Amino acid sequence: MSEALLYSEPEEELSAAVADLLADRAAWASVLARTESAEPYDTGLWKTLGGGIGVAGLLVPEELGGAGASLREAAVVAEELGKAVAPVPFLGNLTATALLLAARESGNGTAALADDLLRRIAAGEQTAAVAIPFSRSPDTTYRGKVSVTPWPPREDPHEARLTGRVTSVADALPADVLLVPADGSIYVVQAADAQRTPVTTLDMTRVLCDIEFDDAPGQMLAIGYAPLAQALLSAAAVLASEQLGLAEQCLKTTVEYVKTRHQFGRAVGSYQGLKHRLAQLWVQIAQARAVARYAVSTSGDEQVIAVAVAQAHCSAVAVQAAEECVQMHGGIGFTWEHPAHLYLKRAKSASIALGSPARHRRRLAELVDLPAS
Amino acid sequence: MPPLITQHDLENRIQDLLAAHDPGTTSRLDFLHARFDAGLAWLHYPPGLGGLGLPRGLQPVAEKAFAAAGAPDNEPQRIGIGLGMAAPTILGFGNDEQKQRWLRPLWCGEQVWCQLFSEPGAGSDLAALATRAVRDGEDWIVNGQKVWTSMAHEARWAILVARTDPDVPKHQGLTYFVLDMTAPGVEVRPLRQLTGEAEFNEVFLTDVRVPDGQRLGAVGEGWKVAQTTLMNERVAIGGGAAPRESGMIGVLASAWREQPEVRDPALHDRLLTLWVAAEAARLTAMRLSAQLAAGQPGPEGSAAKYAFASLNQQISGLELELLGEQGLRYDDWTMRRPETVSFVGRSPGYRYLRAKGNSIEGGTSEILLNIIAERVLGLPGEIRVDKDVAWKDLPR
Repeated sequence: MSEALLYSEPEEELSAAVADLLADRAAWASVLARTESAEPYDTGLWKTLGGGIGVAGLLVPEELGGAGASLREAAVVAEELGKAVAPVPFLGNLTATALLLAARESGNGTAALADDLLRRIAAGEQTAAVAIPFSRSPDTTYRGKVSVTPWPPREDPHEARLTGRVTSVADALPADVLLVPADGSIYVVQAADAQRTPVTTLDMTRVLCDIEFDDAPGQMLAIGYAPLAQALLSAAAVLASEQLGLAEQCLKTTVEYVKTRHQFGRAVGSYQGLKHRLAQLWVQIAQARAVARYAVSTSGDEQVIAVAVAQAHCSAVAVQAAEECVQMHGGIGFTWEHPAHLYLKRAKSASIALGSPARHRRRLAELVDLPAS
Repeated sequence: MPPLITQHDLENRIQDLLAAHDPGTTSRLDFLHARFDAGLAWLHYPPGLGGLGLPRGLQPVAEKAFAAAGAPDNEPQRIGIGLGMAAPTILGFGNDEQKQRWLRPLWCGEQVWCQLFSEPGAGSDLAALATRAVRDGEDWIVNGQKVWTSMAHEARWAILVARTDPDVPKHQGLTYFVLDMTAPGVEVRPLRQLTGEAEFNEVFLTDVRVPDGQRLGAVGEGWKVAQTTLMNERVAIGGGAAPRESGMIGVLASAWREQPEVRDPALHDRLLTLWVAAEAARLTAMRLSAQLAAGQPGPEGSAAKYAFASLNQQISGLELELLGEQGLRYDDWTMRRPETVSFVGRSPGYRYLRAKGNSIEGGTSEILLNIIAERVLGLPGEIRVDKDVAWKDLPR
């Protein structure tokens, strides 16, 4: 098992390919400029990443045109995307892919519909997102505000109509297809048939939207929410690696800065007041790497524990890294034209996304038999 | 270049040894001698010195095979300082005669080793040490006081760093020796610690004669030699793959589960935060051992030690707080001499007190953070006011 905590050679190659592309196409200045543009998501970059390198179809089985890879490879990509706070819908698309795969395997729905969508995702033709608030943790009993008519649904899945509202959905703005949990089942709705309103989002590099369904046509994908829980668990596992990448980048830029910034005739990085905090952060990040790797290398009940641990730990580490990055940059770190705030906003938002650390600890209390009372 | 040995060859050699020396009928020491002589002791050591020059990562193959055959081990717990610190230094800096003389009885556990480094006036600043070694013909005469020496009362040999030239800056005037702990002038006294017991010793050296043949490395090179010893100490700290909830967190979790009356909602999230931290530290140690096995030694050793110290202190502190009235009691203040340290099997108060040593022994947490900051992150070193000053002129 312990070897699984390292990176394999193909994983390192994938990571290097993504890093090269991002260095070229997602320099922080352009990421910052995009946040105030009409197109907060970089669809061009996503096309290259998704179609060119094939990260959109990573989890899709080879017989459907995908890479047939596991969460481990997805995590490696997420780590690089976290370093760049790249504005691409990787995580949302991954969540949707995981949902489609779980729906397909459950045999409790329309496998052909799932297969068709997975093929399109792998081919880079379509991007999907799950219409659920980004803050939802994998263990929540989800009760949305979208209802289905007619109820009970007819045999022919094409006949369903969805009405209602979902707020704060991640990565749905650039999506072509929405997977919508409604009335105990999951439906496929074309994004064009729903009304998506961008939200002014704390994390400017992952813009959320509210979605309104008004008698929107939907096809039933799966009965029951079990595939949703599995998809959110996979997403939370991969998010931990995104947080790891973000923390690494914050530490790296901060270390570079404190070596060059001089006050009182010394590099500020020579003061133990900063040195020790940076060393502590490095220790935390080394741990984050181990827990994040573990969360994508295990399965079943063990994965449920591993993901809760990874989310509780990596969320906190990413926030700490981003906060230290701002603080140790001093005045410049508080300005708009320095990238530190992009990381701070991403880190704090990501810590709330898919369940806060406290939420994951509460979940662990149940999982490992440490009840509150 | 010796011919490459595959894992398959290695397994065959182990089976051959087991066939020739049945652990069921061979005496413990005879078996260990045979294992050493077959190069199956520490596989990464050179042939003729207990190894086969293999990668470190293959060691578990041998350990598993010998354990499965019911073969005796060399009680690594008891000879940790010899295995982890003295041996790599002898291997790195000893001459052939020294290697032949010391490594075999060391590995086989016939001779226990201890380490004479720290002094009352030289803790974190080890290079400032004051124990003097003065040349006298073919010998050196050593005078001084060493402290925090575990196993000194059982040790046959010690690795010693002493000052041979007080007129040069502190790092340059040191020399590394092997000292016979049975030599006249060596006095070992137990050092009682705040838990009531004495795991460690003070060692007083009065006119102890050390033959020049027991010097490791050149005169004045003691600091460089000591670095090898200390680096290997940190590699050894890495640890292996412990199961979940092993160690202190398991004790705290059991207390919470078994005594519902002590549960306090205000302490619940702290408990879980520590549980997560312990799990993270465990997985990190697991990752570190995988890195070492794959031949990618990382600086995570210092990090692991730092993390465990902080974790043990927080967990044991919470345990006392949780237990309330029970936490007011202590099991035993009697002066004892434990052979090994275990956090379980003693009272919560003992755990709380003993954990205080974790952030001091083997490098204080502050020094470890300096090491990480400087060697890993490349941050500027501390300003050294003593760098160019002769040792004898330093304020003490």
